[in-house]
Amino acid sequence: MREFGYRRADDVTGAVALLDADPGARYLGGGTNLVDLMKTGVERPARLVDIRRLPLDGIELTDDGGLRIGATVTNSDLAAHPEVRRRCPALSQAVLAGASGQLRNMATVGGNLLQRTRCGYFADVTKPCNKREPGSGCPAIEGEHRNHAILGASEHCVAVHPSDMAVALSAFDAVVSYQTADGPGELPLADLYLPVSDTPHRETALPRGALITAVTLPAAPVAARSRYRKVRERASYAFAIGSVAAALEVHDGVVRDVRLAFGAVASRPWRAHAAERALVGSPADAEHFAAAADAELAAARPLPDNAYKVTLMRNLVVAVLTDLAQEAAR
Amino acid sequence: MTTTPLRPATAAGAVGTAHPRVEGLEKVTGAARYAAEFPLPGLAHGWLVVSRVARGRIRSVETGPVLAMPGVLAVLHHGNAPRLRTDYERQFGAHDQTAAVFQHDRVPHAGWPVALVVAETPEQAREAAESLTVTYEEEPHDIALTADRPEARTVDDYLPGVTEKGDLEAELAASAAVVDAEYTTPEEHHAMMEPHAATARWEDGRLDLLDSNQGTTWVQSELAGLFALDPADIRVRSEHIGGGFGSKGLRAHQVAAAMAARVLDRPVRVVLTRRQMFSLTGHRSPTVQRVRLGADAGGRLRALEHRTLNHTSTVHEFLELASIPGRVLYDADAHRTASELVPLDVPSPTWMRAPGEAPGSFALESALDELAEKLGIDPIELRLRNDPERGPVSGLPFAGRNLAACFREGARRFGWAGRDPRPGVRREGRWLLGTGTAAASFGAGAGPSTASLTAEPDGTFTVRIAAADIGTGARTALTLVAADALEVTPDRVRVRIGDSAFGPAMIAGGSTGTRSWSWAVMAAARELRERLAAAPDIPADGLTVRADTTEALGTLSQKERHSFGAQFAEVAVDPATGEVRVRRMLGIFAAGRIVNPLTARSQLVGGMTWGLSMALHEEAVRDPAFGGLYGGDLAGYHIASHADVPAIEADWVDDPDPEDPVGIKGIGEIGIVGAAAAVANAVWHATGVRHRHLPIRPDRVIAAGAVDA
Repeated sequence: MREFGYRRADDVTGAVALLDADPGARYLGGGTNLVDLMKTGVERPARLVDIRRLPLDGIELTDDGGLRIGATVTNSDLAAHPEVRRRCPALSQAVLAGASGQLRNMATVGGNLLQRTRCGYFADVTKPCNKREPGSGCPAIEGEHRNHAILGASEHCVAVHPSDMAVALSAFDAVVSYQTADGPGELPLADLYLPVSDTPHRETALPRGALITAVTLPAAPVAARSRYRKVRERASYAFAIGSVAAALEVHDGVVRDVRLAFGAVASRPWRAHAAERALVGSPADAEHFAAAADAELAAARPLPDNAYKVTLMRNLVVAVLTDLAQEAAR
Repeated sequence: MTTTPLRPATAAGAVGTAHPRVEGLEKVTGAARYAAEFPLPGLAHGWLVVSRVARGRIRSVETGPVLAMPGVLAVLHHGNAPRLRTDYERQFGAHDQTAAVFQHDRVPHAGWPVALVVAETPEQAREAAESLTVTYEEEPHDIALTADRPEARTVDDYLPGVTEKGDLEAELAASAAVVDAEYTTPEEHHAMMEPHAATARWEDGRLDLLDSNQGTTWVQSELAGLFALDPADIRVRSEHIGGGFGSKGLRAHQVAAAMAARVLDRPVRVVLTRRQMFSLTGHRSPTVQRVRLGADAGGRLRALEHRTLNHTSTVHEFLELASIPGRVLYDADAHRTASELVPLDVPSPTWMRAPGEAPGSFALESALDELAEKLGIDPIELRLRNDPERGPVSGLPFAGRNLAACFREGARRFGWAGRDPRPGVRREGRWLLGTGTAAASFGAGAGPSTASLTAEPDGTFTVRIAAADIGTGARTALTLVAADALEVTPDRVRVRIGDSAFGPAMIAGGSTGTRSWSWAVMAAARELRERLAAAPDIPADGLTVRADTTEALGTLSQKERHSFGAQFAEVAVDPATGEVRVRRMLGIFAAGRIVNPLTARSQLVGGMTWGLSMALHEEAVRDPAFGGLYGGDLAGYHIASHADVPAIEADWVDDPDPEDPVGIKGIGEIGIVGAAAAVANAVWHATGVRHRHLPIRPDRVIAAGAVDA
């Protein structure tokens, strides 16, 4: 581990100024991912600007009934918040499905969004990786890719985004607020993550030095009946091999509203717009749920060892939507 | 002079009663010091640099820039390191150059140690090590273990590599039912909590090593061989050990620390990182196994063949004796067991958690289940019909074979009676449910050990023995054994362990530790009691006797000595998502005299948890392109999490052997044997699909699906 400087920021303006002044600086939230990557040499910041003490740790109801979640709210506090559990259970479930109790106590909302892929080639500095070292190649395509992307990947990178929380936020049109030296800004979560293309090292659309200050979930009554289900290779403390955030509103057996997002299938949380479009107005039954999943997964380009994810995601969509439909019918 | 009253011989024994760990308070309060925790004046820190290439030669080690970095004291590599002997005779296992670091420019595998950077602080050493430029002449590597490797060959280990009798083809042809299947298990790692760590210092030509190992006199003898020293000039201490599982013998870090301490003439500590452990501390080789079984309509085995293949490195010939379970469990008219190895460009494998039996029992006990299915015979009944009276290979009688009792008691408690044998018919919501069983056996051996026992003037007793408590509770067990042998209460007995100065003793390995050490302690106690009976006065510096079991071991009659067990598992499988959850496990064992039920149960449950983890999770993925591991850390190498581990119950039946002077059989490994097969058999019962390749991952379950019942 290399030596690095450390500064604790007292306010948002100060934090942004510190980063603006130092191209080698990085924000430090919970450190649960960044510090690991510093130990393995993947990240080598010259200075850390600690933002944990900034007054960004509140969760508030917005005037229109949405939720504004501060960037330094811990994952544990987010999952436990009564309004989050009431208004968007999928978000609470997604957060609780991730990491471990200790990690969730440290990890922040902003950091969760910006965590790096767990692709084993990215994490190993002795291996090529286009995300870590542009132009060096992507060994996963010919090598180990059982848990890599089936949607939206490119020949340059097939890594997946590891966050559970971001999948749930993505299903409900979250908006990310940030601050730069030039002032505040906003980005829909859908636009936060850049397409992989031939630049997998460029991951987000945030301006340089931007500090995420909050994430806002707009009011969505459908979110109150939402669910997050995650499949992984052990029952806890593992990243998803496939996950679904979903919400469903059914009237007279017909889908009135639906939200669907996939995790562990792409370089970003994957909002399943094609499946949603296919479902609205159609009967709420397994056959149509499966057809909707197929509509989304038609774009899948699996590799030899991750083709199972297409089946897994189809089955998950059917299972989760069927559960939600049965609950609604009760 | 004082006189020590001994308790009358009629007093109740400590052995067999639950006793918390004698060092438990020290451990939970942090007072117990582990190998990397001893403060020492003048201590320097070494950091290993390991190879990025999987095969080749080191062209250059650019030490100049690194030596100029802050705090750096030395860079050891093949060009400047002290020379070692590698032709010495070893206490256990075949000729091994795995730990003989920096002796040549050849790189035998990815992750091979190529240099040690020593600095004033661990941070400086690490930064310098990560900055060290090493260039290689890279050669193409070969890491593919497949069933058809033409260079596969057998070797004889502590047991023969091959046993055979009868005409297999003829018996298979005459069988009413035949199973012929290939099974595989992946590369697995020990993954103990405490990383390997050693601190070495030299004084007047004598080496002192603070270490974490499974046998201080074993590591002492290995170091004596490598450094051409008299073992008496080496002291190895290892009092507290955070897990070993077969991995904590002599490794690169002790040798590198000893070299650096000699070169720098100051104490040097080397601690391995988790990633380094994945290439430097051994592993269980992947196995490719083929089992052929043939039986008559009544289930009697006519043919049993078990062939296994494992990889080894090019610096050590390690045979994973996965074919051995059938040598003990089942007889057949034609019977062949054969284990072979193939050297590849991989790190040296080693003993891990029931070497041989753990992977071998997965294949054999899965095949038995397949045979039961074909014959329409209950899996327990099939095993009971093939319970031999004598060793199938040796022809020797068994010194206690209570496998049938384990199955009967297990079946009763698990609720096996009335089990519907049809697969894929039990559904509970999204889950398909199934149950499975498997047999287990593990050898009950012993190794020569010495112990000393001192009657102290204050009425207490001190045992000194170079035993290793790797978390098993061995130290507590020895306390109880000594108390009973002396006929005093345990609080009057102090057991000191983990110091080669106490004299030669068996390692904590092969489930032989407690049996071997107890033997020596009991012999010393007998001698001491006789001495005290003759002359009860104790001198001011105590009265000490010594015992050596070497001769006594030789007088034991020739018999098949094993622990046995019956494993049961119930699983739930969601075929849509591939998730497998074990709902409960039960293991009933016949393992001789159980010294401390508290720690014994813990060991057995721990072993069964390993088995669950082996069945569903554990798998080190070796990358074909680079030859090293993909995700070689505890995020990538999944062991069962708490949420995966259900209610696991372990218990035992009476298993006396009046002929045996100690009666203890050892329980370190039997718990994992058969456990993975019981889970896999339960997955078949749930889904109707056989999983012959471990681990039973979600992608495999999704691909396999379930029968449409």
